[in-house]
Amino acid sequence: MDRRDFIRFTGIGLGGLLLPAFHGRVIAAEALLGKIDVATRKRLADAALAAARSAGASYCDVRIGRYLRQFVITREDKVENVVNTESTGVGIRVIANGTWGFAATSDMSEDAVAGAARQAAAIAKANARLQAKPVELAPVKGVGEVSWATPIVKNAMEVPIKDKVDLLLDVNAAAMQAGASFINSILFLVNEQKYFASSDGSYIDQDVHRIWSPMQVTAVDQKTGKFRIRAGLSDPRGMGYEYLDGKASDKVELPCGAIVYKDSYDMKEDAIAAARQAKEKLTAPSVKPGKFDLVLDPSHLWLTIHESVGHPTELDRVLGYEANYAGTSFATLDKWKSKNFQYGSDLVTLFADKVQPGTLGAVGYDDEGVKTRRWDIVRDGILVDYQAIRDQAHILGHAESHGCCYADSWSSVQFQRMANVSLAPGKQKLTPADMVKDIENGIYIVGDGSFSIDQQRYNAQFGGQLFYEIKDGKVGGMIEDVAYQIRTPEFWNSCSAICDEADYRFGGSFFDGKGQPGQVSAVSHGSSTARFNGANVINTARSLG
Amino acid sequence: MSIYTEEQAKAILDKAIKASKADQCSATLNGQSGGNIRYALNSVSTSGHVSDCDLAVEVAFGKRVGTATTNRFDDASIEAVVRRAEELARLAPENPEFVPAIAKQAYKPSGTFVERTAAVTPAQRAEIAAACIEPCRKEKLVAAGFFSDAQTFSAIANSKGNFGYQKSTGMDFTCTVRTDDAKGSGWVARNLGDVAKFDVKSDIRTAMDKAKRSVDAKALEPGKYTVVMEPAATAGLISFMMFGFDARQADEGRSFLSKKGGGNKLGEKLFDERVSIHSDPWDPECAVLPWDNDGLARERTPIITKGKIDYLQYSRYWAQKQGKTAVGQPGNLIMAGGDKSTMDLVKSTRKGVLVTRTWYIRMVDPQTVLLTGLTRDGTFYIENGEIKYPIKNFRFNESPAIMLNNIEEIGKPVRVGDDESPFVMMIPSMKIRDFTFSSLSDAV
Repeated sequence: MDRRDFIRFTGIGLGGLLLPAFHGRVIAAEALLGKIDVATRKRLADAALAAARSAGASYCDVRIGRYLRQFVITREDKVENVVNTESTGVGIRVIANGTWGFAATSDMSEDAVAGAARQAAAIAKANARLQAKPVELAPVKGVGEVSWATPIVKNAMEVPIKDKVDLLLDVNAAAMQAGASFINSILFLVNEQKYFASSDGSYIDQDVHRIWSPMQVTAVDQKTGKFRIRAGLSDPRGMGYEYLDGKASDKVELPCGAIVYKDSYDMKEDAIAAARQAKEKLTAPSVKPGKFDLVLDPSHLWLTIHESVGHPTELDRVLGYEANYAGTSFATLDKWKSKNFQYGSDLVTLFADKVQPGTLGAVGYDDEGVKTRRWDIVRDGILVDYQAIRDQAHILGHAESHGCCYADSWSSVQFQRMANVSLAPGKQKLTPADMVKDIENGIYIVGDGSFSIDQQRYNAQFGGQLFYEIKDGKVGGMIEDVAYQIRTPEFWNSCSAICDEADYRFGGSFFDGKGQPGQVSAVSHGSSTARFNGANVINTARSLG
Repeated sequence: MSIYTEEQAKAILDKAIKASKADQCSATLNGQSGGNIRYALNSVSTSGHVSDCDLAVEVAFGKRVGTATTNRFDDASIEAVVRRAEELARLAPENPEFVPAIAKQAYKPSGTFVERTAAVTPAQRAEIAAACIEPCRKEKLVAAGFFSDAQTFSAIANSKGNFGYQKSTGMDFTCTVRTDDAKGSGWVARNLGDVAKFDVKSDIRTAMDKAKRSVDAKALEPGKYTVVMEPAATAGLISFMMFGFDARQADEGRSFLSKKGGGNKLGEKLFDERVSIHSDPWDPECAVLPWDNDGLARERTPIITKGKIDYLQYSRYWAQKQGKTAVGQPGNLIMAGGDKSTMDLVKSTRKGVLVTRTWYIRMVDPQTVLLTGLTRDGTFYIENGEIKYPIKNFRFNESPAIMLNNIEEIGKPVRVGDDESPFVMMIPSMKIRDFTFSSLSDAV
């Protein structure tokens, strides 16, 4: 299924998400449950490691991957499609003559993987002539045979398709009853069964699960010809089917009246709210552009963090390796070396991690066998670090990798990908209700909307799902046509308050794109509600005459 | 092996269809073989080769549909993939919007295959990278680029006797050149079916020239400007607008082509007289397969004629419901233009902005197709027909539906590829008045 098909199947066309291709063959439901046993995988990995060593490689890693996905796609009272995909194979990366080489095969025989290892070594040797400096790998101590699994309660792949279809159709019916003109809803499940082995002496077996349940509810007023969309407020998460339990303890009512969700999601309740709010958007007053203090809910702020902090602190972008595609970065090495570059106000600490439970980035080890951890990128406002993997750590003078290497398939070569990058909660006790009390002229923004940022991550523009006026310390009615524009350092330096840990929640994306040929990666961003003073808000309403 | 001949492909598809016990069966076989090379910081970073072939089988029992695929083509594997599709169809709920497999189509071959492009070697790819890196090194510039080429084949068949087979080739090249002090950046792109038309030595000069000329850009106030947009600068906006051409969305009231009170704007004049866009699978500059994703035969299709909406995209289900005939969905977009070059449009401009390309375009409001994005890699101020000086990049908030009403002049169409577009496009340079730049960007 390619991106165009996904858009067609899901009915997400105009104004919808743009999603990249999903690789893999389509399989029947029951085939999602089997696994390749560890002994077979170890035997294959050892065959590859031995072949690479014989071919003159000084380092080798082997990734045996089985990537499973399931989509259940509905609109109103109809199931549009149920698709299962599987992709299985082996990717082998070596260093020979100081240069990387990579080869992959879907043939799961010892001969085939040994052949691929020799091919990777041959490619490395051929490319060595073009290599200016030999690869310098930060050391990793082998961990022997270990395993890690996403701590799920209910394996979503084991839930019968009928239950999933019934859930979505029930959600859709509730939205239609609440006045929606249309609803598109999807269940999107991922299971990555990854086995990593390296010449460092690691054999790491990981079972990674992710879930996402996006929807779009549309209200149409035929008389005026106006339509408005309210997307669901769910997060994609590194969790099992339990994310859809919608526990009362995970519901948060905001000062603006909207309900948002912590670690489980009530899709039906949100669909009903979305139908009502989409209708309300049809008649909500249009914003008067100007300077406003913004109160950004975590369901919105994650995307701003992703674009304005996550990307510019990826070391390969900073160095220029992504210059021809997504661009470079304003957060240059000289700013980091100065130890006084004020990325944000002194309230702002932004940390990266691959360990927060329930996040999309959480794994035990990254795709080059490095144990995952947490580290600061911006501490008390100052830029203190980047995101770097084994062959980049030495550039920063670090003794070890940050553990943020990832490949989106067995057939793709692993490279530096964004870890979870999150805003640390405020240290003082502060609720969202307290936060709005001293705002004279502000806007409360809930949910992510339109997003765009320049190739050095300075100038960005963000929309949202729900906008509420704040006047003299009180949250008023809904407003529409809001987008705010930022210059990244000024924006983070205007951060004047961050709610405490009790308000900390996640947002994220399944589809962070990078590289040529392109790869996708899933990443979460946590934060508590935060306030930014004096942001430039524009009005996005236009007339086509 | 990933590229099969017509006879080999037909034999595989026939086996699958014969093996099916379902009410109907459709099968497609797609293969590709292609290579790429990536470089950055004046050094090759990765190069690779991708070879793959997949058989997809879709079967239906009544209104229950199942799909399965395989990349093994021995008799047992073909039999197995058909059985798997049948199992999935039995598990699937009925789809009330099910439409039967297409009837036998007449496909007129299009010129999508060029032997020279299919024969590109790893050594040629390395030469292309070197042709960018070497001149940049000499002039204290830094090249980062990507070149990819591929040959593919596509074969389709169904239990109603339909069959089609065609081979295609293509190449895509992009290169960003930056000054070593990071104060200037230029870009060039080339998307072609025939690699013989690719002149990397000339193209790299375009990017190098723009990099050098864009150093020390001045800041202009954001606002409405007359702009001369190179073809790559408007391709993304026009392609985004096409999402609004779905007939069902328009009829449902959720498109800029929906009509107040119900229905759609098919037949209405919404753009400047000079705007004409059509699709033609046989166009020699941008040929595409003569069938769409559903296997429907493509035709030469007027989409916008002299500003009037001539086409909306009807799915087979929606066409049936609305009493329309579904035609093959476009694979290319060809916008009419004249003979003038971008520089000719600059010469006739008293005051304006020249835009090399646009970047990170996203929908702000689907009601009006309001899009936002930024200029990148070569933005210049024009005065009295001359490029005066480089200017800082702008963020725009503009709707193509408004932009295509503000046309001053149209240049010569050029083939353009776009990462985020499903179309191969022929887009001219355009001079447009009152284009809305809403803020400045410091990005180089």
